[in-house]
Amino acid sequence: MIAIIDYDAGNVKSVSKALEKIGLDTVLTSDRAVINASRAMILPGVGSFGKAMENLQKLDLVDCIQNNVKKGKFFLGICLGMQMLFDVSYEDGEWPGLGLIGGSVRRFDPGLKIPHMGWNALIKNREDAIGRQISSGEFVYFVHSYYAQMQDWQDVVYYAEYGVNVPAVVRKDNVIGMQFHPEKSSDCGIQLLKNFGELIR
Amino acid sequence: MITKRIIPCLDVDKGRVVKGKKFLEVQDVSDPVELAKQYSLNGADELVFYDITAASENRDIFVDIVERTAYEVYIPFTVGGGIRSIDDFNKVLRAGADKVSVNSAAVQNPNLITEAALKFGSQCVVLSIDAKRFCDSWHVYRNGGRIDTGLDAVEWAVKGEQLGAGELVLNSIDADGIKDGYDIELNRTISKLVNIPVIASGGAGKKEDFLEVLTEGCADAALAASVFHFNEIPISELKEYLQKNGVAMRR
Repeated sequence: MIAIIDYDAGNVKSVSKALEKIGLDTVLTSDRAVINASRAMILPGVGSFGKAMENLQKLDLVDCIQNNVKKGKFFLGICLGMQMLFDVSYEDGEWPGLGLIGGSVRRFDPGLKIPHMGWNALIKNREDAIGRQISSGEFVYFVHSYYAQMQDWQDVVYYAEYGVNVPAVVRKDNVIGMQFHPEKSSDCGIQLLKNFGELIR
Repeated sequence: MITKRIIPCLDVDKGRVVKGKKFLEVQDVSDPVELAKQYSLNGADELVFYDITAASENRDIFVDIVERTAYEVYIPFTVGGGIRSIDDFNKVLRAGADKVSVNSAAVQNPNLITEAALKFGSQCVVLSIDAKRFCDSWHVYRNGGRIDTGLDAVEWAVKGEQLGAGELVLNSIDADGIKDGYDIELNRTISKLVNIPVIASGGAGKKEDFLEVLTEGCADAALAASVFHFNEIPISELKEYLQKNGVAMRR
């Protein structure tokens, strides 16, 4: 069972439906016991960083997530959920994140249309099992105004070009982030979710 | 680099797509979920559903369609029509919509844009503007193009962005249904002034119209209904044509 962490993060239905479609059981939960017993965790997310971290804290889930990650449990952050994997975000202030991958989250420079909204091509930075059967040039659907500035570019599996090189899929050991919405990225997104499913078998 | 988007629009009345009679080989031609699946398979980048059901007791049918679409289609979709409150936003977002478009209600209560943006994020608040030419400018209309609000469409678009809209849909009332091309000037004027994506709507009749609005018109996406429903322009062919003419497309 995959625990999709429920912290009032907007539309999480699409994520669970997409996973269900490819045969992965999910449960939407904010219960520590259920999360502890899960096979893997997914942190979805739409909305603002500060509010989202605040909700996680209110639900007393920050330690719970960090401990599960320490034990080696796979953890996937999607969109805002990926941004929350980093040390800090500068979205409307300065907010500490979960600190699981080194880097900070910053707003795109003015001059570009913001949000970065639409289909953009993935460019491979390095081989990784999460990218199985996905080649450079495949398109995924992005909607975000902030992006990750990496401490270590080796943590990037795929990136996209939007004024800067935007980390799109990041991975550090058992922690994986996707800045775009795999559940809205047609075949390519479904393949990425299948790859995640393979990793946690 | 980010691609320009092609967006079929489905008008839904009492659970059925209006004007969806001749589409491809689909058996149940006017089932919105079936149509959505077909469009997705044919390369549509996004979908828009407008609920044009007049009676409020039929709104639950629409929410059910949104839910079923979210289960069957793995591309983003926007829902609009009759959205008047935060509660309406909540209902369709919870059902699985990615974005919600507001039109008349936002003209009457601009705060709705801000409230929704704060609650759900700008990325899911789409301001849809019905614009009609008035001398050398455009006026905003509401209630399905029936009432001239006297508002300047360009000013309203700029204000919409400031209020927190994450995207604009520009429906040209003059061009709508004529199939003689989008209102290039309207799209270009507003695209140059805002920093959020602009979706052109109204007037698509041939492939060249799409090319024109996505290049000269500076639009980020082009929306159309009948040319897709009646398969006059297959989406895959359109995207190939645009790509050949230098417009980056998702393939």
